[in-house]
Amino acid sequence: MNYKMIGRFFALILAVEAVFMIPALAISAVDGTHSATRAFLITIALTLLLSAVLAALSRGAKHIFFAKEGLFCVGVSWILMSVLGCLPFYLSGEIPHFIDALFEMVSGFTTTGSSVVSDIEALSRAVLYWRSFSHWLGGMGVLVFLLAIVPVSGKNEGFTMHLLRAESPGPNVGKLVPKMRQTATVLYLTYLALTLIDFLFLLAGEMSWFEALCTAFGTAGTGGFGVRNDSLASYSPYIQNVTSVFMLLFGVNFGCYYLLLLRQFREVIRDEELRLYGGIVLGSVLLIALNIRGLYATVWDALRHSLFQVSSIITTTGFATADFDLWPSFSKGILLFLMMIGACAGSTGGGLKCARALLLLKGLRRNLAQVLAPQRVQMIRVNQKPVDEKIVANTNTYLCAYTVVLVGSFLLISIDGFSVMTNFSAVLACFNNIGPGLESVGPLCNFSLFSPFSKLILILDMLAGRLEIFPILILFSAKAWKRS
Amino acid sequence: MKILIAGCGQVGQTLAQELSAEGHDLTLMDSDPQVLEMGMERYDVIAIQGNCASMQTLHAANVEMADLLIACTGSDELNLLCCMTAHAINPHLHTIARIRNHEYVEQTYRMRDTFALSMIFNPEQQAAQEIERLLRFPGFLKRDSFAKGRVEIVELRVDADSRLCNVPLSALNAIVKCKVLVCTVLREGQAITPDGRFVLHAGDRIFVTAPSENLALLLKNLGIVQHKIRNVMVVGGGTLCYYLANLLQNSSIGMTVIEADRARCVELASAFPRVEVICGDAREQSLLESEGISSADALIALTGLDELNLLISLYGQSCRIPQTVTRLENLTETGITRDLTLGSVICPRRLCCNSIVRYVRAMQNQEGAAVAVHSIADGQAEALEFVVDEHTLHCGEPLRKLKLKKNVLLAAITSGGKTEIPSGDSTFAIGDSVVVVETSDDVILQLNDIFA
Repeated sequence: MNYKMIGRFFALILAVEAVFMIPALAISAVDGTHSATRAFLITIALTLLLSAVLAALSRGAKHIFFAKEGLFCVGVSWILMSVLGCLPFYLSGEIPHFIDALFEMVSGFTTTGSSVVSDIEALSRAVLYWRSFSHWLGGMGVLVFLLAIVPVSGKNEGFTMHLLRAESPGPNVGKLVPKMRQTATVLYLTYLALTLIDFLFLLAGEMSWFEALCTAFGTAGTGGFGVRNDSLASYSPYIQNVTSVFMLLFGVNFGCYYLLLLRQFREVIRDEELRLYGGIVLGSVLLIALNIRGLYATVWDALRHSLFQVSSIITTTGFATADFDLWPSFSKGILLFLMMIGACAGSTGGGLKCARALLLLKGLRRNLAQVLAPQRVQMIRVNQKPVDEKIVANTNTYLCAYTVVLVGSFLLISIDGFSVMTNFSAVLACFNNIGPGLESVGPLCNFSLFSPFSKLILILDMLAGRLEIFPILILFSAKAWKRS
Repeated sequence: MKILIAGCGQVGQTLAQELSAEGHDLTLMDSDPQVLEMGMERYDVIAIQGNCASMQTLHAANVEMADLLIACTGSDELNLLCCMTAHAINPHLHTIARIRNHEYVEQTYRMRDTFALSMIFNPEQQAAQEIERLLRFPGFLKRDSFAKGRVEIVELRVDADSRLCNVPLSALNAIVKCKVLVCTVLREGQAITPDGRFVLHAGDRIFVTAPSENLALLLKNLGIVQHKIRNVMVVGGGTLCYYLANLLQNSSIGMTVIEADRARCVELASAFPRVEVICGDAREQSLLESEGISSADALIALTGLDELNLLISLYGQSCRIPQTVTRLENLTETGITRDLTLGSVICPRRLCCNSIVRYVRAMQNQEGAAVAVHSIADGQAEALEFVVDEHTLHCGEPLRKLKLKKNVLLAAITSGGKTEIPSGDSTFAIGDSVVVVETSDDVILQLNDIFA
């Protein structure tokens, strides 16, 4: 493990985090919330100090960087960022317990949106802003942001690929253009532009600029922190529909937007993952609307709520306009299914990803065909192109790791003694970075009921879910920490 | 610049390394997904899998927008087809192809317009020329020449019994009794730009700039005995050996080639009647001895296996052969060879990489580009030759008043056929050619880039 090189990245990440806290500091200063101002000031100072110390310690680092370092760097940096990022919550006294503050921050950065705060409206605006902004930053990834702004030049700078791979979701992460820095810039500019459009649409719906900004951040990162206790239920149908559409847009692979910019419309329309994603959304919306139409006055209302909840869950955002815990079991079943599938690879959403579901289903079909004709050689194809067997094998491994983490954390948080559905949906909601679950952790409840131990497990679940398990899993391996 | 590299073998990877360091947009093409994966992880490039001569792959690699295509797959025919196809799609594209087969060398040069080639490179031929130069001036590990051959940068090893051992560089000129400059020292794998107080140790490899006419004096005063080379033993009769035999056939140097493959032996023997071709396994010590290894003036190991070449050269040194040349493809940049007292090391892909980098720089920056680029000190330092023109800053100012970038050295100034090793009072004027040596990470594209 090349600790010096990793230290250099940590120093940069912390500096970026400190800079991004400045708007929150400004908001608290304008609002005159002194405890928040003090908390943000202390945190920014501490973060910058740590960054400077790390930068000094990592001087003369060798540019040797392998896949191991990439995974390690991403895993530890997210934990480090969360620990420092949660200090304003804790120091301002607005979230009095440290583990709660950490839970809230991890939930923010991993774009989960699960909260432990019962009365969100009581929080100061600066804290609300920082909570929502963490979604935006975590959605596309801080290291990807670094890759976009820090110039890398030199002879062996392919290692940045390891960082992009470790932080970006999806089974087969690749570059859009030859240079890493440009790829990262294209991704972030697309992200920024879409967020801005969403923000303008929300402003047009007569939302206050602060609420529009926070909601846009939550939508863009597919996070789900709201600024009101009832999430988005009390907003107008226009705002709810705008948010539904944008949640779906942020759940699409950002590579597709790049292809659109290049005017390669045909390739986007023919993209199998996008078709699967669209098909699942359409089917689920119709089925749920049919199932819940008795609960609402008009069919349109049922459709609106169905669309909102489906897009909120499949993109793993976790906003809510209705308490879907009260919906019939069939609808809840569909939502649980959507929780696991998740959005497209290369988007800001979490979950298993449609691309993986596609590969798994095609793999299953192939293996069934091979039972009938054992000697047949058959390739799995996605978008007419044969997929490398290594990727197929990795996807199977991922499903296995996914199940192990899911079952393990379910067992561990069951110790608290809540109902099976509460525990199961809580793990699903955290691990897939969704936010609300069912029953005691439903859309109108929160996660404060769990013991600190369970919260810690859920924190790890959220991180593992956002970083696609392996960067967090390798931190438990002694070999990864070995100096080399 | 947008550059496509077809073929991600050793040459392709070296090019990817050099060119990505210079900030170009690189696209690698290869049919083997595994080597592409490796290339992606090492260098900042994008990779396209497929046959590089097919339109489909070239389109996927966005050849329409590219500025330059370098075809360096293992097959000459594929390289030619790749360049022709790409040029047909994009007529503004510059193309460079690797041609190794000696049967094609002449026709590809004569018909380069038909084949749509901007440049041809031939690593083996270049390596053979390099070896021939070393044989004509034995004693140096490596020679790079500049300013139409008037200036050379030569590599020497400081051995424990050398006159240079434990000597500060300020005393160097007194020892060698002529004006030379140590521009880079390679110590424990690290390239250092030394100053006058720097003391040389045994095991250092030094890179010395000297006017060509002083080379003989340099060797004599250093106590390096110069053997006139009369017969060389070459192990491995591949393409490189063919080109070397071709260069040596009209000289007074006799050549013995040991090659295991009988068919290849017959080819060589029919092409070069004066060359003594032995069919046998060079790993057999008795064969080497019966063919007179102990009386050879130089041993040249050119097989395709680095390990074998290394062993043969080490064996040759144990037999006290004054000059050994080892061809290494992969092991040059590793630490394995650092502590071995190998003689000259030849890395064909490095040599051709230098000329391609030079071409790319010239393309990118028509005026003021380096006229020669040589990578020295195992690729850690670069020696560049520039011609001073009207855009060059600080013309006519004495060097002591100028501030150069860190780790950049002005190594020689040639004006009007006379070469000077610069001192504080030296100046340069328009039309002079200047050799610059740098070990820094920044890329120097123009002469003005050296000023801080």
